[in-house]
This record gives sequence, structure tokens and C-alpha cells, in this order.
Amino acid sequence: MPDLGKYADTVLSSYIVSIILLVLLVLVSLLAARKARAELEQVEERRRG
Amino acid sequence: MIALLVRDMRLAMRAGGGFGLGLAFFLIVTVLVPFGVGPESGLLAKIAPGILWLGALLACLLSLDRIFALDWEDGSLDLLATSPLPMEGVVSVKALAHWLTTGLPLCLAAPLFGLLLSLPEAGYLWLILSLVIGTPALSVIGTFGAALTVGLKRGGLLLSLLVLPLYVPTLIFGAEVARRGAEGLDTMTPLLMLGGITCGTIALLPFASALVLRVNLR
Amino acid sequence: MGSIWEYANPVKFIRTSEIVLPWVSILATVTLIAGLVWGFFFTPDDYRQGSTVKIIYLHVPSALMAINVWFMMLVTSLIWLIRRHHVSALAAKAAAPVGIIMTVIALVTGAIWGQPMWGTWWAWDPRLTSFLILFLFYLGYIALWEAIDNPDTAADLTSVLCIVGSVFAMLSRYAVNFWNQGLHQGASLSLDKEENVADVFSTPLYVCIAGFVLLFIALVFLRTRTEIHRRRTKALLARERLG
Repeated sequence: MPDLGKYADTVLSSYIVSIILLVLLVLVSLLAARKARAELEQVEERRRG
Repeated sequence: MIALLVRDMRLAMRAGGGFGLGLAFFLIVTVLVPFGVGPESGLLAKIAPGILWLGALLACLLSLDRIFALDWEDGSLDLLATSPLPMEGVVSVKALAHWLTTGLPLCLAAPLFGLLLSLPEAGYLWLILSLVIGTPALSVIGTFGAALTVGLKRGGLLLSLLVLPLYVPTLIFGAEVARRGAEGLDTMTPLLMLGGITCGTIALLPFASALVLRVNLR
Repeated sequence: MGSIWEYANPVKFIRTSEIVLPWVSILATVTLIAGLVWGFFFTPDDYRQGSTVKIIYLHVPSALMAINVWFMMLVTSLIWLIRRHHVSALAAKAAAPVGIIMTVIALVTGAIWGQPMWGTWWAWDPRLTSFLILFLFYLGYIALWEAIDNPDTAADLTSVLCIVGSVFAMLSRYAVNFWNQGLHQGASLSLDKEENVADVFSTPLYVCIAGFVLLFIALVFLRTRTEIHRRRTKALLARERLG
């Protein structure tokens, strides 16, 4: 851990907020991708079967 | 074209057309502001140009969804689309009718409401001038927003979300002219910019509105 | 390799992105983590800003992306309107949420940094105000996509909105500049060396920017695929209902 001095809160909070936002964005995108793909496969399955 | 203009204006004037509604809304906003910020006339005089511009802008916004809504419901928009009049012309006439029924009354009423907010004497001329130059842009931009949301059921809220960011430059320069005028400063630069924005939007935006309207009528 | 327009074919796009996506994702993760770790742990403090200078590794890349994502949406919207490639319209739709998150990150990190440095969370400075307006444009764009059922109509309308919005965003930028002179420092990275940040700070910054760009590319690939899958599901279901 580097010595952040008196601005530790400032630096840490901006990193935490940004990383949370990025991770959320990635997670939401991944979940949506998986769901869309599963639905498509289900429909295609039904069509063939 | 003129027939369309006359028809549109008559529709707007009739009850339920919202002709007086914009003005009444403008008045109410102006009356409510002192309740919010306090009755001190120095403060009111300072913020009066901005408040009046903002009030005019919101009053303009209020009647935007009526530009196409009635014609969309009874199908006359489809008729207009197949008429020999180009869509760009229809859109421009609609915007003009909106300005004549909303923008122009607002310009005329603004100095009266300026009295309520103790607008400095030097400001009246500039306020009217900036509104006369600026409100046509508001109508034209608003017509574009109305064309975008014409078929939607809950279009009203979306319309404001789409149109308000587009109003930013007009508001900034318009309110700047009025503010500088009230403080007796040089108003030339913002006035020219405001005029430029109005001319630019009147010249170009009808093409975008017509394109969008054609898509919506497809 | 044929022409670039081949990738506008959804099937071809799905096939290509299938191969490319894992690599871009890995590269993005590695670059982003490397850049941020380098910036956070291994850079000195600035003599004036102290350790808050480390926020630059989030603030500058996200701000750059916020603008460039909109620019990419403008280009893809134009391609959709002119050549009517579905992938192009869907890529614009896929990019918008990424852009709005970038704008939020830029605004939030800026506010957190501004608090100790300028003594205020928010100032109506031209750059800050422009970003707030950009945020509103993203909101309107996404809301319009959500509001319209017919995908082709939605693509057309949002494309026109994106183009008109770009013009007004530029206008707002100049209007805001005129309206208030700012507190914000000049460009962090420009060819003009005078006002640039020092090299110790700029090298990890470049790595972070590369990381953000790669992350954006990976996300757009992923989200565009999602949109294509959704579109196909919808089409198949419609066909099913017809019998």
C-alpha cells in the first residue's frame, strides 16, 4: 500500500467508485449476453424439435 | 401552405389547443419564483432575465407534444405526407404555427412579467429582443423533438428529456443577452451567436424533422 | 481479407467476434489492471496535488472515452443511415450504456478530486458543464432506444438524434465556454508539450487509456452480440407465431 498521505480518502474513494461502476457494467453486459444467448438457443431448439 | 398555417393556428386557438396554457404557465412560474427565493428586489432583479428566459423555455416545452399529436390521431398527418407539399415544408409550417401561438405571446408577455420580478429598466428592450430572436429556435428544435416522439404513447416525458439538452445553447446565449442588457453591458457577441443558432436551426433542422417524421409514418 | 463491409453481415460478425472477443477481453483486463496498479502503487506524488494526482489514471481515460464513444456512435449512426447495415445500428445501441458509465466515472472522479483541490465538489466550469450536458444527451439517446418497439424505426430515429445531438453538443461546448471561464486545467495530453503532465505520470496514463479503449472494444463486441441474439430470437418467435 503506498502512502497516500492526507488525501487517502479522496484517492481510495474515487478508485473504489470507478472500479465498482466498471465491474457492474461488465457484469450486467455478461449476464445480458448469457441470457440472450440461452433464449436464442432455446427458441432454435424448439424450432428444430 | 398558408391554408395549413391558418388551420393549425385555428386548432391551437380553440379550446383545448393550449393557446392560453403556455402563457398561464409562464405567469405561474414567474409568480412562484419570489416564493422560492424570497421577495428581496435586488436579488430578483439580478436573476430576473434568467428566470424569464427559463420560464419562456418551459412554457414553450409544455405545448410541444401538441404540434403533431392531433394530426397523428385523426390521420391527417398521413394525408399531409401524401400531399404535394414536401414534408420539410409541412414541418416548417408546423414550427411557425407553434411559434406564432406560443413563442410570440411569450415575447409580448415577458416584459409584463419582468415588472413582477423588478427587472432593471435597461433590460426590457434586450429581453424582448433576445426572446424574439431566440424563441423561433425553440419552436424549430421542439418540432424536431415532437417529430421524434410522435407515435409514442408516453411521449411527453421523453420529449422533454430529448429536447431540453438541445435547448442548452439557445438558453445560454438568450439569457446572456438579457442579463448583459439588464446590467448595461455589451450584448453584441451573444446576440450574434443567438441569431446564428436561430438561423442555423431554421435552415437545417426541418430536414432532420421531416426525415424523422417520414420514418415514423412508414 | 475482403472489404470491411463484410463484417456488417450479422452472421459473419458473430463468427468473427466469437474468435476475437476472448482475446480482446483478456488483453483489456491485463492492460487495465497493469495500468491502474502501476498508477496506483508505483507513481510518485505530485508536489502540488499530493497523492490525488493518482486519480488522473481514472479521470482522463474515462473522460476521453466518454467523448470518443459518442463519436463512435455518430460514425455508426451515419453508416446505418447511409448503408443500412444492421450491425452498425446495433453497435451504436450497444455502445451508449458504456459511454454513459464513462461519463459518470469522469464526473464522479472529477468531483471527488475537486473537493480537496478546488474546495468544492462541483463548479459550473465549462468542461464540467459540458460533461453534464453530454450525460443528458446519452440519457435521451438511451431512453429513445428503449421507448420504440420497432427495431428499424428505433435505429433510424436514434441515428438522427445522435447526429443532431452531436451538432448541439458542439454548440453547447462553445456556448458554455463563452458563458463561464473555467477552473479546469488545460489538456493533460497534447502534442504541445508546455502544459502536459510529466513523463513519470504520462506513461502509466497511456497504459490506462489503452486499457479503457480495449475494455470498450470488448464490451461493444459483447453487447452487440447480445443485441444480435435478441433480434434473432425476436424474429424466430414472430415466425413461430405466424405458424
